[in-house]
Amino acid sequence: MSDIEAALTRLGRRLAGDGAAIHGLQRLSGGASMETWAFRLAGPAGTQDLILRRRPGSTAAERAEGLPGNPLWLEAALIRAAAEGGAPAPPLVHVCATEDGLGEAYVMGRVEGETLGRKINTDPTFDAVRPSLARQCGDVLARIHRVPPPEGAPLQVSDALGELDRFEERYRISGARRPILDLAFRHLRDRVPPPVEPVVVHGDFRNGNLMIHPERGVAAVLDWELVHLGDPAEDLAWLCVGAWRFGRPDKPVGGFGDYADLLDGYAAAGGAPISLERLLYWQAVGSLKWGVMCLGMYMSWVAGGADSSVERAMIGRRVSENEIDLVNILERGL
Amino acid sequence: MITHPTAAELTEAVADWIESVRPSLTGRDAFLARVAANALGAVQRELTQGPAAQEAAVHRLQSLMGITGAYPELIEELCRRLQAGEMTVDTPGLLALLRADVLDRLAIDQPTYAYEGRPDLAARSA
Repeated sequence: MSDIEAALTRLGRRLAGDGAAIHGLQRLSGGASMETWAFRLAGPAGTQDLILRRRPGSTAAERAEGLPGNPLWLEAALIRAAAEGGAPAPPLVHVCATEDGLGEAYVMGRVEGETLGRKINTDPTFDAVRPSLARQCGDVLARIHRVPPPEGAPLQVSDALGELDRFEERYRISGARRPILDLAFRHLRDRVPPPVEPVVVHGDFRNGNLMIHPERGVAAVLDWELVHLGDPAEDLAWLCVGAWRFGRPDKPVGGFGDYADLLDGYAAAGGAPISLERLLYWQAVGSLKWGVMCLGMYMSWVAGGADSSVERAMIGRRVSENEIDLVNILERGL
Repeated sequence: MITHPTAAELTEAVADWIESVRPSLTGRDAFLARVAANALGAVQRELTQGPAAQEAAVHRLQSLMGITGAYPELIEELCRRLQAGEMTVDTPGLLALLRADVLDRLAIDQPTYAYEGRPDLAARSA
């Protein structure tokens, strides 16, 4: 029995009573910086399908890439607060303490649905619900943006200029010469929109981090690791970045919907109206950021970071995907 | 310079071998094998399309900037001008050059990427 299985078994007995057991523990794919495990907890009162989210030992490599995740207790607090505000979030079961022996971790209920973007965008199972997803996403984001920041939460604050500074520095450090990135940085710097009062933004709200149910649509928003205080348009725009359209570039919202539905859903749920112009600006920032992040992950492979896999090397070859998306936006005009 | 086999043939042989063992792999190894096969595909395309793409890029860069030089110097100078704001989206021919340049690189790096306005997907979005 692995250490994790042993620790989970002890925890399971505290949660579900003596005699409770853990079945089918398996690590889910994806997420090099965060471990996600699925398991079934069988106790005297019945069985529950649960998810363990846990930060592995070192996060140095992840921080070098500029993906500073929030501590997991904060992630859990934000999920709870968002759920209280009516946003679909996974049900929290337990936030781990030192004596649980699982490190920084929490346990949540498993939500039924699909997260694979390509399946959501093209599989007939989702044909019926697909047209309503963009509007639903607008509704959900309006609820998230109303979440009061948890007491004492060490949340980062960012705005457009701050993001451009942060990512341009990382681009310069890489030593890469990519004319489209240079043009985009300069172009976006010259057109920074007027700042707005920062709100709680999810930070990684995109197709792939949304649990989609074939009938109910958005069943849960996942991966609350990058929550920060910022411009609400950042979240709406990140969902529209080309990288998350999974085979349907003609559907700007996640590859499943249109801008108007997203913006209408947002405003209808009480979100302060956001112009398409502001969204497109942030969409360009998003493509630029993801392009630089791909460069950064490749650079961490060069530096011999924690993840030395071929995936890390190869991700540098995805920068060009973001470059064509940026050319498209710049040609359209900002 | 070296033939029998060429570099392209060696990458093809390794890619074929990865494909043959892929079905027996599970989890992360299965995923990484797919990435590895994709990486070798990119290498093969770079070997066959790279030289012509770079030559075309050099011609475009020289003609846009009115200077001569090899690819690295030309790119360096273009980046400098863009960073300094000496060339912008309003510079005639700039966006067309950047589009041609990135499409050539995309054809090597990620030939299946479905970007907005991609000609072979246009029928669906019409």
